[in-house]
Amino acid sequence: MANLFVLQLLNGLQLGVLLFLIAAGLTLVFGIMDVVNLAHGVLYMVGAYFLATFAALTGSFWWGLLLMFPAAIVVGLVLEVVVIRRLYARSHLDQVLATFGLVMIANETVKIVWGVSPLSVPTPEILSGSVPLMGPLQYPVYRIAIIVTGLAVAGGLYLVINHTRIGMLLRAGATNRTMVSALGIDIGKLFAIVFTLGAVLACFAGALVAPILSVDTGMGESVLILTFVVVVIGGIGSIKGAFLGAILVAVVDTIGGVFGPILLRSVLDPAAAGQTGRMLAPMLVYILMAAILFARPAGLFGGRA
Amino acid sequence: MTAATAVPTRAPALAPRLKAALVLFVLFALVPPVVMAADDPFLILIATRILAYAIAAMALDLILGYGAMVSFGHAAYLGFGTYAVAILSSYGVTDIFVQMLGAVLVSALFALVTGAISLRTRGVYFIMITLAFGQMAFFFFISLSAYGGDDGYGLSQRSTVLGSAILENDVTLYYATLAVLIALFALCHRIVGSRFGRVLTGIRENPVRMEAIGFSPFRYQLTAFVISGCMTSLAGVLLANQAEFVSPAFMSWHRSGELIVMVVLGGIGTLTGAIGGAVAALLLEEVLGMLTEHWQLWFGIFLVLMVLFSPRGITGLVEQMRGRRE
Repeated sequence: MANLFVLQLLNGLQLGVLLFLIAAGLTLVFGIMDVVNLAHGVLYMVGAYFLATFAALTGSFWWGLLLMFPAAIVVGLVLEVVVIRRLYARSHLDQVLATFGLVMIANETVKIVWGVSPLSVPTPEILSGSVPLMGPLQYPVYRIAIIVTGLAVAGGLYLVINHTRIGMLLRAGATNRTMVSALGIDIGKLFAIVFTLGAVLACFAGALVAPILSVDTGMGESVLILTFVVVVIGGIGSIKGAFLGAILVAVVDTIGGVFGPILLRSVLDPAAAGQTGRMLAPMLVYILMAAILFARPAGLFGGRA
Repeated sequence: MTAATAVPTRAPALAPRLKAALVLFVLFALVPPVVMAADDPFLILIATRILAYAIAAMALDLILGYGAMVSFGHAAYLGFGTYAVAILSSYGVTDIFVQMLGAVLVSALFALVTGAISLRTRGVYFIMITLAFGQMAFFFFISLSAYGGDDGYGLSQRSTVLGSAILENDVTLYYATLAVLIALFALCHRIVGSRFGRVLTGIRENPVRMEAIGFSPFRYQLTAFVISGCMTSLAGVLLANQAEFVSPAFMSWHRSGELIVMVVLGGIGTLTGAIGGAVAALLLEEVLGMLTEHWQLWFGIFLVLMVLFSPRGITGLVEQMRGRRE
């Protein structure tokens, strides 16, 4: 039982850092530009496809990962310049519609370019295999690498946001962007940088997860909604909130899925517990979100609702 | 002074739209004879589907257009309607009025609870929270293995009306759907023109001022949210009968997005526009689907262009053209 718990905790942590990589960009785009971007999940999917393609072309996961970055930057910039930039002054409703259109365009384009059958990416050799954790428990090296990378990126983001000039502008922009622009900062450029940074982080998350998931067109969607929950729980515009929210959501999701039915078995008979547990488990994160919002409508670290 | 100029007038913007709605309803009523002449019975099912979605779009417009609440989880109510038919009929309750009552009760409860939580927030938060609650309902029905889970559940028969199976006939089902649409349109029209509707519009324009003159925005918005959810579930009851099949696909977040597209396409806050928007969006889908298997690509491009160049939808385009002509 303890082994299972540790295993699920690690799985939760691994999902959590991935969610954080996606949510970080999304919360900044919401917080600083006040734009609802449904197409953020698409970037996660595109990142995975880029890695799959480049890794297959070069025959190396590492070259694939390296080439993914410039491609992600191009996608982010093009998206910002062609569509997102025109949405800043528009209502949330218009933003929802336009980015919903982008989701449809992207999903179909991916189907046309890469086909409908899922791609798979081999795990890089140096990170394959498992390490013993405690007793008979083994854990895949690659998943540990994801956790370490995610935590490193989180640390790096923390440094950039709290100790650099661009980070200061980001924080100021999330609080009061009119004032930032009045102080002579080129807000258009700042927005482009923020959006591209978010796009690259989401693509990176997709690339990281490519070897352990099958790469297909639906992968962005399930993650998008979970990311929304993370951003809402953490508070819009807060990187710290996104991090804690991501870990919380992921751990509740993975642990709840396994231990919910086990806990229920102590109060219900096994058949009913299994049935109820299976139905409740996917709803747990939403119940968590509802509970948090009921107490704090602006999320854990949100300034304004 | 203003008092001297206040000549009693009928609501000016409403009358032409009401006329447009009447024209639409007459056209809808003429569809079955035309389709019969064309000898393609499948078309009548497509038309029924369009009318059912028109009901849902109109219900969404009630809160989106008049209450400025962008609900991104409205497909959940379609799902409650469809599953009310499936679940009740599996227990032998096939009467459509009982099924509608069941759908409305479940929807009212869900809308009351999730609306009360969602309405504590504003703007982006509201959109994302309603989306998340919609997903919650979606996952609930996916894990409902007794009714097929992900794969859905085929209905053995359509709903009955007071013990008779008249809805088994496609044309009767079509006219029944049209009747529900017209009845709900009349109801929405009354709601929008009533004191309640005016308070709701007032809250949309300026919640702080409305609160200052003694209205509690929360109660009015929550009531509208519940009414809208219940109406949408009726569309779900009709859709289940049209498809004779229910599945969680009715409540995916794409469906919620499509409902918003319909409302905006027709021009928000017009009721008639939402009906026209549903017709336009679904016809566009059908036509694009016939031309290419990648219809989603073109629909997406159409959406982006529409938002960038015609923010007020078809109604906006029509009014713009009319304005230019005059």
